[in-house]
Amino acid sequence: MLEIKNLHVSVDGKSVLNGVNLTINPGEIHALMGPNGGGKSTLSNIIMGHPKYTVTDGDILFNGESILDTEPHERSLIGIFMAFQYPKEIPGITLEEFLLAAYRAKQKHLHPDKPPVLVFRFKKMLRELMDKLNMDEKFSSRYLNKGFSGGEKKKSEILQMAVLKPEFAILDETDSGLDVDALKIVSQGISDIQKESGGNMSGLIVTHYTRILKYIKPDKVHVLKKGKIIKSGGREFANELSISGYENI
Amino acid sequence: MNTINQKHQPAKPIFSDLSRETFDHKNQSDYIKKFRKGLSKDLIEFISKDKDEPDWMLAHRIRAYDYIQTIPLPKWGPDISHLNFDEICFFAKAADKKGGYESWEEVPQDIKYTFERLGIPEAERAVLAGVGAQYESEAIYHSLEKELTDQGVIFCDLDVAVHDHPELVKKYFMKCVPANDHKFAAVHGAVWSGGTFLYIPKGVKVEKPLQSYFRMNAMNMGQFEHTLIIIEDDAEGHYIEGCSAPKYGSQALHAGCVEIFVGEGAKFRYSSVENWSRDTYNLNTKRAVIEKDGTMEWVGGNMGSGVTMLYPCSILKGDGSSSDHLGIAFANTRQIQDTGAKVYHIGKNTSSRITMKSLSKGGGQSVYRGVLHVAKSADNAISQVECDALILDPESISDTIPDIKADNHTATINHEARVGRLNEEDIFYLTSRGIPKEQAEAMIVNGFINPIVRELPLEYAVEMNRLIELEMENSVG
Repeated sequence: MLEIKNLHVSVDGKSVLNGVNLTINPGEIHALMGPNGGGKSTLSNIIMGHPKYTVTDGDILFNGESILDTEPHERSLIGIFMAFQYPKEIPGITLEEFLLAAYRAKQKHLHPDKPPVLVFRFKKMLRELMDKLNMDEKFSSRYLNKGFSGGEKKKSEILQMAVLKPEFAILDETDSGLDVDALKIVSQGISDIQKESGGNMSGLIVTHYTRILKYIKPDKVHVLKKGKIIKSGGREFANELSISGYENI
Repeated sequence: MNTINQKHQPAKPIFSDLSRETFDHKNQSDYIKKFRKGLSKDLIEFISKDKDEPDWMLAHRIRAYDYIQTIPLPKWGPDISHLNFDEICFFAKAADKKGGYESWEEVPQDIKYTFERLGIPEAERAVLAGVGAQYESEAIYHSLEKELTDQGVIFCDLDVAVHDHPELVKKYFMKCVPANDHKFAAVHGAVWSGGTFLYIPKGVKVEKPLQSYFRMNAMNMGQFEHTLIIIEDDAEGHYIEGCSAPKYGSQALHAGCVEIFVGEGAKFRYSSVENWSRDTYNLNTKRAVIEKDGTMEWVGGNMGSGVTMLYPCSILKGDGSSSDHLGIAFANTRQIQDTGAKVYHIGKNTSSRITMKSLSKGGGQSVYRGVLHVAKSADNAISQVECDALILDPESISDTIPDIKADNHTATINHEARVGRLNEEDIFYLTSRGIPKEQAEAMIVNGFINPIVRELPLEYAVEMNRLIELEMENSVG
C-alpha cells in the first residue's frame, strides 16, 4: 500500500528527513513515535504533498506508483488522508459546504459518469456520521473549524475522514489536546471507519504519547528521531517506550 | 459555492453565460457622433433645452457649472490628474423617445441585444417588481407593478420626474449632495442626465427590491445619472443598482450621484454592484440623510474601473437613527479601489456599523478610506468599524486610512482593521481533501466576502460570486 524508500527531505535548505524507509501493508496500523522535532510532522506532511517541503532523494509509492509528482488534491482522490495536527480555520465556508465539495470531488473521481450526489442525501449521510462522533448537528452549518475548540477540531477531522473513506489515513497528533472522553470517541470513530473498509484501511498514527494506542492497537511501532527511523517493534514496544522514553534509544 | 444553486434553484443567474469579454465588449453606436466633447455653458443650455426642462433646473445647472470653474480637484486620494475634461463627451442620447418605453417589445433591437447579454429581461421575470435601466444618458425602459402605483409609489426616470413631479424633485434634488460639495458634484450638477427617481409615501412598505441597471456604452462618454430617493416617515424599501460598462480605448468618466432621504421611523436599503470597464474613472457620490429612528443600510460591491473613489455617506441627523454600511471592493491589475464609508453622528443615541472587505490581486491597490465624526450634539453615539483586507499575491497592495473624530465624550467607537494574505497552509488544508488548488483559492475568497455577499438578493449574490470568479481566472485585466 504505502512504501517509503530512502526518503530525504529538506525545508528552506535544511535537511529534515535523512533516509526514511517504511512499508505499510493494507489493513495495517503503524504508530510513528519520537521526540518533538524528530521529523514526525514532516513525514506526515510530505506524504500528503505539502508544497513547503522538497524531496531531495528517495521515493514514496502508493499502491506501487510514485506519488511525488502529484498535487495534494490528487493524493486525496486516490485515497490518502491526513488528519491535521492543527486544522485550519476557514471563515465564510461552512463545514457542510466544504465537505459536500470534497465528497463530490471524490465521487467524481471514483465514478466519473455518475451525477453528483443530491444535497439532501449528502446531508442525511453527514448527520448520521456526526451522530456517531457525538457532534452536535449545528456544527455542519458553522464555518469550517472557526471557533471550534481543540477537541471539536479533532472530531471535525475524523468526520472529514469518515466522509472521504480513505484507503490510507495519517493521524497527525490527533490525540493531543483531547480529554479522555473525546479520545475514546475519536478512537472509536477511527476504528469504525477501519471496520467499514472491511479492515483494508491502513493508517499511520503519529503521536508523542502512548495513550491513543490503548484504544487503537498498532501492528507496528516506529521511533523517528533526527530524521531517521531508529527503531521499530511490535505493539508491546509502545509500552516499553512509555516507561523508558526516547532518550536511551 | 455550488450549494447556493442547489438549495434554492433560482432563475438562471444574471451573468451565468457571460465572460469578462462581455463586459469589455462594445456594441456599435452611431448616435454618439453628433455630440461634441468637453464642457461649456452652451452644452449645458443644450442639455436643458433638449430635455425641455423648467427654468429652475437650467438655473441649477448653470450654478453648478460656475462651481466647476472655482472648485479644484481633490488634493487627497488616488491620482486623477490624467482625467482630461476636454476629451470627455458629457451628454449622449440613446432613446429616441422621451421617458423610456412602456414595454420590452418597444425597445430597439440593438439596445435589446445589449440588455439580453446582460440578462435584464430574465432578471425582471424572475423577481423584480420594477425595472428602470439606463442606456447611456437616458433611461429607456422601466416598469412598475400596478399595486405599487396604487399605493402611491413613484419609480421612474428622473428626467420624467422633473416634468411630472416637479414639487418633489425641486424640494429634494441636490439638497443632500449640494453641487458645491466637491468638483465632481459640480460636474454632475451641471450635466446630470437620466437616472432614477423613487418615492415611497408615508407608511408604505415595499417588500420586493426595486431595480435599475446602468450601462455605459459610447466612446469617451461620461455617465452622470442621478438617483433621487425619498422614503417618507415609517415607509420601507430596497433599491438595487447594477452597473457594467464595455471596454473602450480612452478614459471615461462616471460621476453619478445618489441622494437618499430616509424619513422618521423609515427603513431603507440601497444595494449596488458596480463593474465598470477598466478605463473608467468611477467617481461617485452617494449620501443619505436619516431622520429620527430611521435606518439606512448600504450594501455595495465594487469591481472594475481604473480608479474608483466611492464613500457612501450616512448623515445620522435624527435622534435614534442608525446606519449600516457593508461593502466589498476588488482591485485587480492596474486598478485602484479607493472606497469606504462616511458617517456623521449628529442626533442623540445614534448608531452606525461599517463592515468593509477588500481584495487585491495582480498588483491591484485597494484602500479603505473612512470618515467617522461624532458631533458635540450626538450623546451616546455608538459606532463599530471593521475592515478586512485579503491580499492575493505579493504584488498587490492594501491600505487603511480611517479618519475618526469624536467631539462628544459619551461616544463608544470601535475600529478594527485586519490584513491577511492568501495563505499556503489554508490552501494545503483544503486541497488535502481532494479540492483542486484554484477551487480552494476561490473558496477562501468567496468565504472572505460571503458575510457581505449573502446580504445581496440571491441573483446578485450569484452574480457577484460569478464576477469574483472571473476576476480570479483572468490574472491580467
